[in-house]
Amino acid sequence: MNENVIQCINLSKDYGSGPVLEQLNLTIGSGRIIGLLGPNGTGKTTLIKILAGLLQPTSGQVLVDGHVPGPESKAVVSYLPDKMYFADWMKAKDLLDLFEDFYADFDRAKAEQMCASLGIVPTQRMKTMSKGTKEKMQLVLVMSRKAKLYLLDEPIAGVDPAARDFIMNTILTNYSQDGTVLISTHLIGDIERVLDEVLFLKDTKVVLHDTVDNIREQQGKSVDALFREMFRMNPIEGGNQDAQ
Amino acid sequence: MEWQLSEDRPIFQQLYEQLCRRILTGVYPPGSRMPSVRDVASEAGVNPNTMQRALQQLDSVGLTESTRTSGRTVTTDEALMRQIREELAQGAVQQFYAETSALGYTREEAKQLL
Repeated sequence: MNENVIQCINLSKDYGSGPVLEQLNLTIGSGRIIGLLGPNGTGKTTLIKILAGLLQPTSGQVLVDGHVPGPESKAVVSYLPDKMYFADWMKAKDLLDLFEDFYADFDRAKAEQMCASLGIVPTQRMKTMSKGTKEKMQLVLVMSRKAKLYLLDEPIAGVDPAARDFIMNTILTNYSQDGTVLISTHLIGDIERVLDEVLFLKDTKVVLHDTVDNIREQQGKSVDALFREMFRMNPIEGGNQDAQ
Repeated sequence: MEWQLSEDRPIFQQLYEQLCRRILTGVYPPGSRMPSVRDVASEAGVNPNTMQRALQQLDSVGLTESTRTSGRTVTTDEALMRQIREELAQGAVQQFYAETSALGYTREEAKQLL
């Protein structure tokens, strides 16, 4: 067993127009729920895609459960992308079949149960589902795997507040004891109480990596408030990047 | 009883206080077994690790006791429960004075209000 689920050493990524991530060093242990926070365009999705093995780092090293991202790591990583990738002719049931075929750790009974409680009809086609229902469906599939690392890229952006609570509870009760969940989101207030740790990304770097309770203890304010303060922009001048 | 969490203070502390209150008011009766960490965490909608920390604090003040075999049980020590109840009541009184003094009342005037 590897203690560190995620390990990044001097990780950099450059798409050609300047660095997106620069010399990132990061270790994340198992059994935790971590919020990946930062303003738009600070590399959250890039980091998640590198961990999922969809992007190659420009330099530096990444280890997921002790492996360089590849077949071994993908077998233990459950990834929820920020975009839908399912064909719209597929029914909810087809997707369950697909995931059952594809992943050895997929728990079909659990997925069907979650579908039922979220009101997803197995015979409904993707193209007739609302944006929120599609997102729920995707989350059901991803959380029904018994993975070591769940990478959730903006999982609750399109769902209503009541379903959001349900989804956060789903994540809480379904991640396996030794599994780590990395969630990128802008809805900090909604998920703050389920997080162990938060990671703030800013200008290609990790500027803060601490537990939620430490932040509240030291700053006397919620992570949501701290975020707003750290990344405050001036609307008249069109946003000041150096604003502290 | 609903779990209420405010924005400005560490979550585990607020959970700890509310767990205390539940024990003192008999929601978790003396000598009974506490529900599991996962169960209370999911009931409150919080991270299990945070709940674990709050429960450990109950252990450390003696309101609950953890044994390896039978889980976590609520204390039957009535003196201790009385003492902790008084501490919490004192906190509420202090808060009352703080809020009335923010409105310009002196301590004496505030007492008159009661």
